[in-house]
Amino acid sequence: MHDALERLWPEVALFLTTCVVMVVGLSPNRRLRVLTPWFTALGLVLAIGLGLQSPTAGGPFPQLMGFAKPMIAAIGLILLPLAAGVVDRDLDDLVESGKMNFNPLRATRAEFYAFFLFSLTGLMLVSSADDLIWLFLALELTSLPTYIMVVLSTRGTRSQEAGVKYFFLGALGAAVFLYGFALIYGATGSTNLAVITAHFAENGLGELGTLGLLVALVGVSFKIAAFPMHFYTPDVYQGAASPVSAFLAFVPKTAGFLAMMLLLGTVGWANGETGGLPVAVEALLWITAALSMTIGNALACLQTSVKRMMAYSSIAHSGYMLVGLIVGPGESFTSSGLAAVLYYLLCYGVMNTGVFAVIASLEKADGSEPDELSELSGLARTHPVRGWIVIVCTLSLLGFPPLLGFIGKVGLFSAGVSGGQIPLVVILGINSAIAAFYYLRLVTTVYLDPKDDDAEQSRPVPRGMSGRPFAAAVSAAGVLGLIFLSNPLIASANTAASTAPQPAVAGEPEPDTPPAITLADPRD
Amino acid sequence: MSPVMLAFTVLTPLLAGLVVATATDKRARSAALLGSMASLVPVAVALFQFDWSDAATFQGAGEAAWLPALGMQLAIGADGVAMTLIALSALLGPICVLASWTAIKERPRLYYSWLMVLQAAMIGVFASRDLLLFYVCFEFTLLPMFVLIRVYGSTNRVAASTKFFLYTFTGSIIALAGLVYVVAHHQTVTGDWSLHLGDLMTTAREMTPRQQGWVLAALLAGFAVKVPLFPVHTWLPLAHTEAPTAGSVVLAAVLLKLGTYGIYRFAMGFAPVAFVNAAPEVAILAIVGIIYAGLICWVQSDIKKLVAYSSVSHLGFCVLGLLAVNTTGVNGSVLYMLSHGLSTGGLFLMIGMMYERYHTRDMNAVGGLASKMPIWASFMVFFAMASVGLPGLNGFPSELLCLIGTFQSDADLIAAGQVGAAGGTLGVWYAVAAGTGMVIAAIYLLFMVGKICFGEYREPKGHHAHDELPTDLNAREIGLLVPLAAGCILFGLYPKLLTDAIGAPVEQLVSEVQAAAELPQPTGLPIEPATRPGDSGGDH
Repeated sequence: MHDALERLWPEVALFLTTCVVMVVGLSPNRRLRVLTPWFTALGLVLAIGLGLQSPTAGGPFPQLMGFAKPMIAAIGLILLPLAAGVVDRDLDDLVESGKMNFNPLRATRAEFYAFFLFSLTGLMLVSSADDLIWLFLALELTSLPTYIMVVLSTRGTRSQEAGVKYFFLGALGAAVFLYGFALIYGATGSTNLAVITAHFAENGLGELGTLGLLVALVGVSFKIAAFPMHFYTPDVYQGAASPVSAFLAFVPKTAGFLAMMLLLGTVGWANGETGGLPVAVEALLWITAALSMTIGNALACLQTSVKRMMAYSSIAHSGYMLVGLIVGPGESFTSSGLAAVLYYLLCYGVMNTGVFAVIASLEKADGSEPDELSELSGLARTHPVRGWIVIVCTLSLLGFPPLLGFIGKVGLFSAGVSGGQIPLVVILGINSAIAAFYYLRLVTTVYLDPKDDDAEQSRPVPRGMSGRPFAAAVSAAGVLGLIFLSNPLIASANTAASTAPQPAVAGEPEPDTPPAITLADPRD
Repeated sequence: MSPVMLAFTVLTPLLAGLVVATATDKRARSAALLGSMASLVPVAVALFQFDWSDAATFQGAGEAAWLPALGMQLAIGADGVAMTLIALSALLGPICVLASWTAIKERPRLYYSWLMVLQAAMIGVFASRDLLLFYVCFEFTLLPMFVLIRVYGSTNRVAASTKFFLYTFTGSIIALAGLVYVVAHHQTVTGDWSLHLGDLMTTAREMTPRQQGWVLAALLAGFAVKVPLFPVHTWLPLAHTEAPTAGSVVLAAVLLKLGTYGIYRFAMGFAPVAFVNAAPEVAILAIVGIIYAGLICWVQSDIKKLVAYSSVSHLGFCVLGLLAVNTTGVNGSVLYMLSHGLSTGGLFLMIGMMYERYHTRDMNAVGGLASKMPIWASFMVFFAMASVGLPGLNGFPSELLCLIGTFQSDADLIAAGQVGAAGGTLGVWYAVAAGTGMVIAAIYLLFMVGKICFGEYREPKGHHAHDELPTDLNAREIGLLVPLAAGCILFGLYPKLLTDAIGAPVEQLVSEVQAAAELPQPTGLPIEPATRPGDSGGDH
């Protein structure tokens, strides 16, 4: 179909890049081989450009793609230098020193970058989904590569264990939301989101529809690592190499939130007498949000491993963002929960990557990453730039004003208050305070704790890779720079979250409209 | 006053902090002294340019766009109250640097740069006319203070700094929810998303009493922790005891005032009806705090903890004055914010100087210091007297005004046409109960002075002379105490200087709050109390 292709150009670009990367990554010529990440970057830049040109689509959020796709590709560009060098470093050294010949069967570079791109392609496809089957396939395309990336990321058994765990639980999650999709199909007789929307608008949600939606949402909460599907998070994040953990914290989470937006968009936020989601759905999301925040933060306080702590904090951040989903769309950024979620996803992607990037840029004597909190003690003194990046990104995750995370959190706060979700906002506030405990511990460990001179040998030192500190620096620069440059992003997130004026008549493509991005002040 | 000058009062210490952060460890303290001196210049110019005859207006108002999409701008402006508090914060800058001159030997760069940033954040709180800038600065005071306690504190510093941060951060997050609610209400009323205080003040007062009640509860959660009000005061003694001297001074003199200033500016401004309704209950907390903390002081042997608890007790008066919701009480309260900064700041400096020489805070281990350190002892007695509220020193007029305000804030008195009675919901018994706090204060402070300055000379075991410091105070130490002492005497003998500066804005706020809460007004009588303490004079 012509119109479907029209909105898929960024995905097409990424897919073509994937094909190129597959070939280049296996090239016997080393000089060509090491260019693989650069080709990947090229594809991502292309995807940003094409994503900005996204046309308006049908469905509940006609202009979603114009924000989501460039954002996905942009965060992908931060994650890419971080992921560079995860695989094949040793292999290249061996080949270089002449100890062995290059054997494409033993090399994993091509696969790794291809999976990296596949996953991002899947994520973009989620944002352009207008059909349940499409949505399911896109979600799986996002997740399947990540299972393999987890296993490939280190040579240790821990990452294999993490990969297997992630795969089986992921399959369970997929089965659950597929079951939900099937029930929705049973209730409405269609897999097309626009038809489903029209059906729900006309006939109400019904028992079957409610059940379908609830089951689907529980299944998708696996992707965002929210209660009750959060159990895998700490093990997987810890088992995988940090670059892949950072990838997991952003890509599947974004996919999950976009999918939830689309699913909830079918019933809309104007049900019942007082508006809002249907009671059962709201209750489910309410409990999920409150428990995700609380469990995530409370357990994060108990961790001594930085990566486990970040994993639990990722659960908590999902809980924060669910508040925005419950509030739903609004007229301006300050009252639109969805706009707040979209903007917060961007903030989270930027600031979270910084912490993982710094961890990934260090290695201990045995070549592994530092993981225990104590191993980062005094980092700001031994490696000031890395230390300060951790400090800035962590304080931003905490929502300390005036950093990026604070602006994101103000969006969620104001949307929650405007939407009348005062109890949830209070829970969000209390949780932000609990989060202060462990984020602050990380900051003080890095910044204030004395360097332990006895532990000089076990102190992590920088890895010989320039990509990872670069990714960390970009992330910190984003945290600081976006404080001032967020205006167009906020405006564009607001446009993206705006709902279609009327549920479109079944599947009818929208007439030609100008490109989705308008950088005007939403108040105008 | 030009906005640029006001902006510079914040930016100069901030810049100084950055400069110090890039200086060498050796030069850090000199750079900090220079920076804090330089920060005095824009403050002095601003004080000079400020039109004191129009102190109720926010002068030097300026705005810069930040994130228009979120309604976020940076707006500044200061009225008489804000200006005097800015002056107090700026004055403490060089004093704190000098007080740390020999005490801070490890990592001085870190210390002095955060001290400067702390000063910038504190001044920023007072200079902001915008919720966002206010909140950013309000929160940003936590981080420097946390660092100061965590790295430079004494033995129990880790627990103290963590407790300090978590307590205040939790409170201010809840306060943020309240502030956001006010903004959201503004949006539903006007359709505009604005964070400017001028816009918000008008719409916030239109909230129903129930809405105001919730907003007040949220705001008090933040500000009461900061003050600190009983029963959320437990972080303060620990933080004070563990903090380095300059940290304690800043904490007592300015940081705690952020709480009372927040109540004055936001709790009273945004939720006047709820504020008046809740006044009796909150006043009971304040009075319990006054007496309870006073009694704890009585049994302390740790001298620093004693002064810390005396802060809790004293700030109870300060809050009580605000709760009286009449000109006398609120004037007294604002006066208290300033004078408590001078006298308690002075006391912490004295303790710091003693600690540097004797390395103990235990009153049982040292004593009779008047014979060894006469100059130190004289200053100690002086600041203790100022803190007790000896007539002629600064503690007296402020404490008395708070109590008189509480006394007059009685509906029965107003109904009876009592001269001087003014709006409010407290009354005689509140004043009487709080008054016992003054007596207790006299007991414990005199007890402390008697034990530590007079009697037989005692020194801790293994005491030896300090390498860098003489037995008694040196010129640097005397130099940094003199401005504080001069302030104590000046504002004790002639508080009209200050009441003139703060009178107009206070009166405006009080009349607005009283009108909003529809408090009974004495007919045919001036709202202004006719009887005033002898030397405080009229305030306009």
